[in-house]
Formats: sequence, structure tokens, C-alpha cells
Amino acid sequence: MAIKKFAVAAYDDENVLFPAVAKVRRSGYKIHDVYTPFAVHGLDEALGYKSTDLHIAGFIYGLCGTSTAVGFISWIYCSDWPINYGGKPHFALPAWIPITFELTVLFAAVGMTLTMCYLNQIMPGVKKHVFHPRQSDDMFVMAIELNNHTSEEAALAFLKTTGAKETSIQTAEAGWWYGRWDKKEPYEALNAGV
Amino acid sequence: MNDRFEIPGRLRNTSLFLIAIGVITLIAGVVCLLMGHDDIERARFWLVLLHDSIFFTLITTVSIFIMAASTLAHGAWIVAYRRVTEAIGANVWLFATIAGAVLLLIVFTFRDAHGVNTIYQWVTEAEPGKDKILLGKKAFLNKGMFVGFTLITFGLWSYFGRYFRAMSIAQESAPKNDTRLYWKVFRMAGLFLLVYALSQMSTGPWLWIMSIQAHWYSTLFSWYTFASSFVSGMSLILLWVVYLKNQGNLELVTKEHMHDLGKFMFAFSIFWTYLWFSQYMLQWYANIPDETVFIKLRQQGPYSVIFYANFIINFCMPILIIMSRPSKRNYFTLTFMAMFIIFGHWLDFYQMIMPRPLGEHWHINWYEIGIFMGFAGILIFSVSRTLTKSSLVPNNNLLLKETIVHIS
Repeated sequence: MAIKKFAVAAYDDENVLFPAVAKVRRSGYKIHDVYTPFAVHGLDEALGYKSTDLHIAGFIYGLCGTSTAVGFISWIYCSDWPINYGGKPHFALPAWIPITFELTVLFAAVGMTLTMCYLNQIMPGVKKHVFHPRQSDDMFVMAIELNNHTSEEAALAFLKTTGAKETSIQTAEAGWWYGRWDKKEPYEALNAGV
Repeated sequence: MNDRFEIPGRLRNTSLFLIAIGVITLIAGVVCLLMGHDDIERARFWLVLLHDSIFFTLITTVSIFIMAASTLAHGAWIVAYRRVTEAIGANVWLFATIAGAVLLLIVFTFRDAHGVNTIYQWVTEAEPGKDKILLGKKAFLNKGMFVGFTLITFGLWSYFGRYFRAMSIAQESAPKNDTRLYWKVFRMAGLFLLVYALSQMSTGPWLWIMSIQAHWYSTLFSWYTFASSFVSGMSLILLWVVYLKNQGNLELVTKEHMHDLGKFMFAFSIFWTYLWFSQYMLQWYANIPDETVFIKLRQQGPYSVIFYANFIINFCMPILIIMSRPSKRNYFTLTFMAMFIIFGHWLDFYQMIMPRPLGEHWHINWYEIGIFMGFAGILIFSVSRTLTKSSLVPNNNLLLKETIVHIS
């Protein structure tokens, strides 16, 4: 991923955060993300996020599960090793429905969980930059992406006007990485330099 | 706010026209079918009345059930269109009266040329020397049990349907934020769920529908009829809500509320399939003649068309059409599916009731369609009349604010 510069604002009230998000979006800054200690209802709409396509992926995973189950069981019972069970036909579809159902659910559940982890960039052993230590405790933290042409002072002053309790400029890895926190050190050196 | 509903002339005329068709069909049925000498046709006369009256009673009672269940759960999502469910529930007595009359007439008056009640065989055949199996079931399947249970059930359903509406209207004139009525209705809702669980979800369908083929039994049967009537009952509520919205009423109902109804239609279509298949697969697998007689008659005989149509309309169509979120928030797909679901479950009840007495002589013809239209006319007429009698917004309901900001 890329190393970027962020202006970070920490709020201590949900009711300040929502107008702040609207104001920041109106004024043309690009919001990288908002980190909250709990799920805040309506924040995704306020940030202008589209509804996820995760369920379409889930449908496709489910179809994969269904076809795997029906294909595999029918291959066993009809072609590889046909056995007469109690006079039932070899292609005994009703008897396979429970297994097919289970595999559909399994594929959809596991596939959607992994896809959700990928979309949200969370996974065991995967690291992301933490903008504010209290973002998982009692603060709502908003990170704004800056580029070379944006004035840092103007951004910080603007964030102050939106009601932020704390503001800072941070240079950090924008995405996730696999490995150790060591990768963070160079940015801390960079931040110290700034 | 447009909170009063006035019956448009077109709706009133349509409902009266449908009722007229129903009455004419009934008279024609008496002349052509009941007065004839063909036992099958005479049975058909009663079976069609039985089918439609039971179907309409069960799907209207679902409105009382969903009100009671959401009251117990403090559910605010239903409050925006609660007056619709109340109006449907308050008219259960009408269908229950018709269904009760039809059931009693069948049990007491219907006999074929040999003096056998071919619809409820246990009425005449459960005698020593006639039918051993039915004789063994006589402790449960007898006239006293049937009549007593039917009258008590229909009486309680009618009472609760009118009670919930009366309490909701009384709340309008109660002092603001008064919770006394809320908790009173809360307790009664719990009581109704108990009544409903012991009637619709267990004994009722055994007596009214399953005992038509009394040699066969399934403990799942009542759940299966419950799922069937629940999903068509929710579709019925949805059709009313969409109609009232088209008339400019029910401004509080948004896509979020429609999404809820769509979820119920979708989820309970799958639930119905689950029960349908659970009943089917075990009997298919075990392959015991006592049990397969029910499925063989329906799947491999003259009813196979209805059997597969039932499965396609009630399972394949909902799962493909209303699975996705946008289609559950779209008025057209919801209305389309609601009409298909009601028709599909009407077919489902048809194939529960008809095969054993009628055998291969089944028709869906002028008589079936005419009687169905008559019942639909009664439903439209009575529910729309009840809707006009009070505000469509349940003013002073404690959950009204919550339902306005509801997000599904």
C-alpha cells in the first residue's frame, strides 16, 4: 500500500461527530476513515458509503456450495460407487437435500466471513496503523487524507472549528500489512521530523 | 395528515361485484352440484366451500397473531400500519362464522348415496365392523370433540380479533403516555398466543384438514398449515398497505416498513418449504405404505400438476425474486409476489383438502373460481368498511414515534 499524510481529529461526542463529518465532506476534504469504539448507526450514510455488495458474493458462494454438494454426491452414488440403498434410486435427490443445504450454508458463511475480513482489512496477524490510542475506548477519530498541495495548518485549523478535541498530522501506511509492528517505526521517525 | 380512509367507489363496486359473483356461484352450485345425484359433485360443492372458508379464516387470523407477537416483543415496526392488521383481525368473526357453519353442515348433513360421509369419513365409518383404524382414533375424531373444539376456537379468535382493535381505539382517547392499556393488551397478547398455539398450531388443522384423510397422520401438519397461512396472511397485509398507500393514506409507512413485510414473506416462504420438505423427506425415506399414501396420491397421481406448481410458486419464485434487498424495497416486486404467494398457498390448501375425497375428478373451474371471488369480495368489503371507522394512524400509541424513525 501507500504511505500517506493524514490530518487526524479526535471527537468525544457522537453529536459533534455527525455535523463534523458533514462539514468536512462539504468542504472537499477526503475522509480516509472514521474510527469509533462502537457501531454508530447512520454513520455509513453520513459518510456517503454505498451499501455493500457482500450479499451478492454470499449468493455466489452459496451456489458454489450447492453445486459442490450435488455434484460430489451424485458422482459418488451414480457413477463412482453405486449402491442400492433400500430400493431407492441411485439419484436419490431428497435424501441429499440436508447435506446440500449444510454445504450451501457452510460455503456462504465461510466465504462471506473471509470476504468481510478482506473488505474491512482485518485478519489474524494483520496490522493497521492506529491513529489514536483512544479510538477503541471513548473517542471518535476521523482521519483526513492530505496531499502535497494541502496546507497542514489550514487542515488542522479547520478540524478545530468542527469541534475536535485533539488534532494531529500523521504520516502512516494507509492500508494493512502482514507482519510485525516494526514497520511503524520509520513513520514515527518521520513524524518526529515533521 | 391524510389519516381517514374513505372507500373509493371503484373499490366498493368491485367488492360488491365479487360478492355478487360469489352468491350467484353458490346458488348455481346448489342447483347444479348439490341437488344432483353425483356423489363426487356433491362432495365437491362442500369441499370448495370448506377450502375457501378455512383458507380465509386462517389467513385473516394471522393478522391477530402478528399483532399479538409484535406486542409481546414491544415491536414498533408494525405500528405504522397496525390499523390494517387490526381491521383484518376484527373481521375474523365473519369468516369464522362461515367456516364454522360449513364445517358443521358437512359433519351433520353431508352423506353420499350409501350413507357415508365421504369428506370426514370418521363421522360415519368409525364404528365396530366398519373401519378399524378410524375406530382406534375415535377418542379424538368424534363429533363432540370436533364441534366443541371448532366453536371454542372460532369464538376465541373472533373475540381476540375484535378485542385488540377495541383496545387500540380506546388508547386514542386515553391520557397521553398512559401505559395502563399497553400492559393490559400485553397480557392479553400472551394469552392469545397460548390460544393460537393450541388451536392453529396444533389441533385445528388436524381436525379440519388432516382428518379428511384420517388414515394418514403427520405431527408436523399443523406447523405446515401455520407456515402456509402465515406467509399468505403477511402478503394480504402487504396488499392492503400498498393499496392504502396508493390511495394517499398511510403516509407514515416508508420503504423500511415495506422491507419488513418483504422479509417476512421471504423468510416464511423458506420456513414453509423447510416444513414441507421435512414432512416429505422422512416419509419418502422410510417408505412405509401408511405414510406414503398421502404423498403418492398428490405427487404421482392426477394432482402432480398442483404438487409441482405449489413447490415452484411457493419456494422457487420467492427465493429467486425477493431474496435481494432492492426487490424487497420495491413496491412492484412485493405486490407481484404477494399475489402469487396468496394464490400459491390457496393451491397448497387445495392439494391438502381435495385429493382424498375427489380422487382424479378434480377441477379448478367456474365453481372454485367463483367461490374464491366471493370470499375475496367479502374480505375487501368488510375490511375496507372497518378501516373507515377510525383514524388510520394509531394516535397516542406509545410506540408511534419509534415506528416513524424505524429503520429495518
